[in-house]
Amino acid sequence: MNQSQRMKNKMEDKIQTPEDKFKILVRRKTIRSFSIFFLLILGAFGIYRWTITQPKVDNAYAPLRKVLDVNSKIFARGYDNPSLAKEFSKNSAAGRVRVNGKYGLKSPLDSTLWRLKVVRFSNLAPLPSDTIVITIDEIRKLPKTEVVFNFKCIEGWSQITWWGGVRFSDFAKKYSIGTRDNSIPDTKNSAEKLTDYCGLITPDREYYVGIDMPSMMHPQTILCYEMNGQPLPENQGAPLRLIIPVKYGVKHIKRIGTIFFSDSKPPDYWALKGYDYFAGL
Amino acid sequence: MKKLLDKHSLPVRIFHWINFPVIFIMIWSGTLIYWANGVYKITVANHVLFKFYPPSVYKALNIPYRLAEGMSWHFVFMWFFFFNGLIYFIYLIFSGEWREMIPKLSSFKDAWSVLLHDLHIRKKKPEQGKYNAAQRLAYTGIVFMGFGSLLTGLVIYKPVEFSYLTTLLGGYEAARFQHFLLTIGFLLFFVIHILQVILAGWNNFRSVVTGWEVKDDESVSENEK
Repeated sequence: MNQSQRMKNKMEDKIQTPEDKFKILVRRKTIRSFSIFFLLILGAFGIYRWTITQPKVDNAYAPLRKVLDVNSKIFARGYDNPSLAKEFSKNSAAGRVRVNGKYGLKSPLDSTLWRLKVVRFSNLAPLPSDTIVITIDEIRKLPKTEVVFNFKCIEGWSQITWWGGVRFSDFAKKYSIGTRDNSIPDTKNSAEKLTDYCGLITPDREYYVGIDMPSMMHPQTILCYEMNGQPLPENQGAPLRLIIPVKYGVKHIKRIGTIFFSDSKPPDYWALKGYDYFAGL
Repeated sequence: MKKLLDKHSLPVRIFHWINFPVIFIMIWSGTLIYWANGVYKITVANHVLFKFYPPSVYKALNIPYRLAEGMSWHFVFMWFFFFNGLIYFIYLIFSGEWREMIPKLSSFKDAWSVLLHDLHIRKKKPEQGKYNAAQRLAYTGIVFMGFGSLLTGLVIYKPVEFSYLTTLLGGYEAARFQHFLLTIGFLLFFVIHILQVILAGWNNFRSVVTGWEVKDDESVSENEK
């Protein structure tokens, strides 16, 4: 420090009143706090920028997709004492049932030719002999279960609706499917034998869903052929659709063609477009 | 002679400034979701007074056809909303700061005086303290509104898993409506809050960043001079 600078400092000290000193203190503390504040804002923007520049996984930003998958695990369904969707009386069911999706229904339906194909689980590529072909009459002969529940669309609307069909778990027991060794599924004593997922596809392969097995074996999940006590209309997925009250409507696939079992996630139409895969309620 | 007086503790400032962008993202992403079934409107005698929201609003904010994106943001940031709110709530209880915040019996009456004063109808300045009566009502109310958003949101998110709560709130659709109303409440709170912050001036705003306020030594607040 040279002579003139020292002189200058001394002079400044002299002209500083306590009020000036206070003002300088306030300014210094303010600048310090706001510097930290702006750095934190910058950091937040940095995290946002980073998130939206990450590659998308199935049309959702990778970090968000990761959290959605963690959410699925947190809210995952078990086989023991599953929560049931609230059931309503039949006369509270809507007469006019909302129609929302036509995916997989474009080709005309020939109900006499329609067959359900069920592919048994196989570690290798499935052989033709792994496929069971089932007619709608065979399905109708199985014990009937009815469910009246509040159907919830992922868009946000909901409607109380009445459906009838065979409980999927009854169906799986009858045909001995859904397990890795194709033994009769038993959710109470040997749930570990069940595959992780079930996949369902329309005959034209235009629409497809993947569902975790605990939700599939849920007591309210049915392969449905009736609505409001009448045969299922074509726009509601005749001859056979899925009704799964523990999932959003997107999983209630219409006009099922093929059912298969897998330990990896089967492709899912809407999950590939950025929606949550689990879509559970 | 002036001096610095501590006003907002560091934790409260942190909760506040985390909450601001988190609520912004929740309301924005929630609007992306709501658009897919935007059914709420104010109707008087079969005449639609206001539709939530008019197409022009959606267009201006680039809302349409972003449901999946909205859901992905909403169900990630719900965690920040939940944990920030929860820790804030616990902090308020254990620090004792809730005492300066919860309404007193007199607050309901005094809030009216604050309103009249703020609207320049009444001259007499109401008692301020750290928070005046209206602020006590607003800042306690917003904590309960946050709690309400959490519960109604949980019911919309997992109505079957939390079926008791669904029934308690009057059903799935009722919960969706309550969730929406609370959001409108948050938006109104935000508008009034910003206006009040602007009116209260720099010294007050600065304190929510720095923690302190410049006060006269006689402990007379700046704006009373």
